[in-house]
Amino acid sequence: MSYKDFTMQTLELETDYLDIATHTLLEPAGLSDQQLQQVLGKVLGHAVDYADLYFQSAHHESWILEDGIIKEGSYHIDYGVGVRAISGEKTGFAYSDDIILPALEQAAGAARTIALQGGKNKIQVWNRLPTPRLLYGVEDPLRSMQDADKITLLRQLDAEARKADPRIQQVITSLSGVHEIILIVGSDGTFSADVRPLVRLNVSVIAEENGRREQGSSGGGGRFGYTHFLEQDLGLGYAREAVRQALVNLQAMPAPAGSMPVVLAPGWPGVLLHEAVGHGLEGDFNRKGSSAFSGRIGERVASPLCTVVDDGTLPGRRGSLNIDDEGTPSQCTVLIENGILKGYLQDKLNARLMNTKSTGNGRRESYAHLTIPRMTNTYMLAGNHYPEEIIASVDKGLYAVNFGGGQVDTTSGKFVFNASEAYLIENGKITKPVKGATLIGSGPEVLKQVTMVGNDLKLDAGVGVCGKEGQSVPVGVGQPTLKIETMTVGGTER
Amino acid sequence: MNTESQWSNLKEVVASVLEQAKSLGMDAAEAGVSYESGLSVTVRLGEVETIEFNHDKSLGITVYKGKKKGSVSTTDIHPDALHATLEAACRIAAYTEEDPCSGLADPDCIATSIPDLNLYHPWDINPEQAVVWAKECEATARTLDSRIVNSDGATFSTHNRFRVYGNTHGFLGAYPSTRHSLSCTVIAKAGDSMQRDYDFTIARDGNDLTPRGRVGQRAAEKTLRRLNARKIKTCEAPVIFASEIAGGLIGSFIAAISGGNLYRKSSFLLDHLGKRIFPKFVQIEEEPHLPKGLGSAPFDQEGVATKRHDIIKDGMLQSYVLGSYSARKLGLKTTGNCGGIHNLILSHSQYSLPELLRGMNKGLLVTELLGHGVNIVTGDYSRGAAGFWVENGEIQYPVEEITIAGNLKEMFSNLVAVGNDVEKRSNILTGSLWIDHMTIAGN
Repeated sequence: MSYKDFTMQTLELETDYLDIATHTLLEPAGLSDQQLQQVLGKVLGHAVDYADLYFQSAHHESWILEDGIIKEGSYHIDYGVGVRAISGEKTGFAYSDDIILPALEQAAGAARTIALQGGKNKIQVWNRLPTPRLLYGVEDPLRSMQDADKITLLRQLDAEARKADPRIQQVITSLSGVHEIILIVGSDGTFSADVRPLVRLNVSVIAEENGRREQGSSGGGGRFGYTHFLEQDLGLGYAREAVRQALVNLQAMPAPAGSMPVVLAPGWPGVLLHEAVGHGLEGDFNRKGSSAFSGRIGERVASPLCTVVDDGTLPGRRGSLNIDDEGTPSQCTVLIENGILKGYLQDKLNARLMNTKSTGNGRRESYAHLTIPRMTNTYMLAGNHYPEEIIASVDKGLYAVNFGGGQVDTTSGKFVFNASEAYLIENGKITKPVKGATLIGSGPEVLKQVTMVGNDLKLDAGVGVCGKEGQSVPVGVGQPTLKIETMTVGGTER
Repeated sequence: MNTESQWSNLKEVVASVLEQAKSLGMDAAEAGVSYESGLSVTVRLGEVETIEFNHDKSLGITVYKGKKKGSVSTTDIHPDALHATLEAACRIAAYTEEDPCSGLADPDCIATSIPDLNLYHPWDINPEQAVVWAKECEATARTLDSRIVNSDGATFSTHNRFRVYGNTHGFLGAYPSTRHSLSCTVIAKAGDSMQRDYDFTIARDGNDLTPRGRVGQRAAEKTLRRLNARKIKTCEAPVIFASEIAGGLIGSFIAAISGGNLYRKSSFLLDHLGKRIFPKFVQIEEEPHLPKGLGSAPFDQEGVATKRHDIIKDGMLQSYVLGSYSARKLGLKTTGNCGGIHNLILSHSQYSLPELLRGMNKGLLVTELLGHGVNIVTGDYSRGAAGFWVENGEIQYPVEEITIAGNLKEMFSNLVAVGNDVEKRSNILTGSLWIDHMTIAGN
């Protein structure tokens, strides 16, 4: 398949993640294998099918420049362990922000309250597998640049935005990074670790002209160090892009209201796929039969032009994972192939209840949250049309380039996503910019309306955050230019 | 360790952090810690699905060296970790720059007494009891009608919170609070299409919760009435925001008069103090001391005493919503809103929701909003919606997959009436809001 053509060179690092994780998470508390066995044994002593311990250490930092000065700097440490016990469809969960044996035992005691006495499950021998692939480096991104250089970078972006146009009144630039080390120990023999970097750089501006104010913002990031933003002036590009968007919005007219053809630009507009199909294909909703896609494997849910995958194995990407938060290696899962629904996204619990295997999509925000099936990087494969042909095919419609966020009701399938930069298409040409408008549709129907797919697949710049059941995780999206024959556009102009 | 001694321990931690910050050469410091513990139980289709035990504590520290500051937070409050965290804060303060508006709240604003707002009603419930209640709630919903074919479950939860805040003005305040809730979500089916809806109850005191059977019944009724929803034609029409979602509109108003957006010139309500925003009949006040209030607090996030104040009087803007920093940026005084608003109370008419519908005669009743299409810089508003089409003053049929759009500034000034069906499960206490007209996009 051609969709991996754009991947970067896989990082070749001979590092033992397990050593790093054991050293960071177990050694300070002097926790031995035997003690971990005892804790899991205590949980499994009841009618429990599966139990796991999730140790986590995460260091976050952020720097914010506003009004031309470095106004905020912050540093945050998360450190703790979650204990989970599963019995059939039941889950017991407790956690502690102390990684010490008594706290672990107390959490284990609480987690097992879901099960009655009398279990017979045994702990499998731990299988200390090396982390399957190295999609990112183990280096601490917080140390990838001197503090003084981080500040210089923010200043450069601020200066770039301000000099780009005199109408720019307000500039906020921010840089943040996380260094996370996790260790998962499970009764099924799982003994796996991951070390995950994540950085992000953002610029947001306000432009003002004749009393009218509009905003623009841009940014990017991924699982690498801060120096990534210096390559080919990537960071400065974000500043110029934020300015460009704000200036376009200064000229924007009210958006149209009603049903019309919509052309989506490549890249970040892939948030369409995340909302319209991604969430509805998560294993928990389908195991419960509460998704608009439940029981529809093998059915046509999209036009034959559409193939959609969720791929956690792309090097350096924001949504990528060496292993998921249950220790399962991430993979590339085909969700929709040539318009036919092929698969769901699974964690261990839902996979077992649906008689299938985890797809490496079990994720959690932290040790204090329960694992649920989540997306990684979700995108549509490229088609055959040149983007210009797609635009030229529309008489009167909307060309949407940038989006804020979206939301979906997975049961009814209705979803929205909010354009932050859009244009009218008139007689096959992109004409006037229009104000951001909400687009609304039905997940199982909208991709059937896809009549042209571009040859310009692009992934987003690395800014996506997905929220589900109160938990936020980093994700990626992508797509080529797409034409949707008809969709409801929520503007004000009739 | 018992609760009382745990609390006094947290106070000692905060006091010690402030001491240490001074000994590290800082000119001022503030620290806050919240300790939350609780139980959350979910049942689905009559069986336990999850039992979660929560214990969260997070300590936040900000240090000031002159007008430069550094912030840190940590979940690890052991002495060694605390010291390392503080040192990180001092390091950060070396890199941030002089900001004339930076610093602790002015000493004359700091709370001098801590009123008891009746927020603490601990409920010692074991998981077994919680499971029974959640099961009863879900069972009521599932048995109401054969079209209820599935469930997303019922969740009972109870949480205790102890908040401590101190600063080097010598303030050290603390108060406990509780929050108990029960929610239920069920799924109904008609033909090929499914609908889901939910109901919930939440209160500081378990005795104030809506009976569980009633929560289940309402969840089922709300779900059933959405079946066979259709799209409508694109049109312009009056819109009533049902009280349970109307708080969102008022929340957008608050965002637009909040200090952070004002000093960044990121609001459509810049320079509106003393100007008309709503029609003359609208009064909005903030009452942070509402007994058992969901947004009640004796002091804000920087120790400033909270007090009742008018935000809108006779439709005119009386006060912005400010913390010390944004107040200084704007040359004003803090309104005790560092961290946001507390309880907001809107005046209302004597009309019930059915009366509002009769008054509107023909238009849209919105009961659910989807997406984030609110632009506080420009006031542009465009969101996905579901609800009911109203004609001859009566609900005709459910609608979905439509959007409603307008500009908040116009929507606020085109408010026709506020219903008497005040939503009490939120810190924004408002009735249903009837807006004269909006653009509805559909077919």
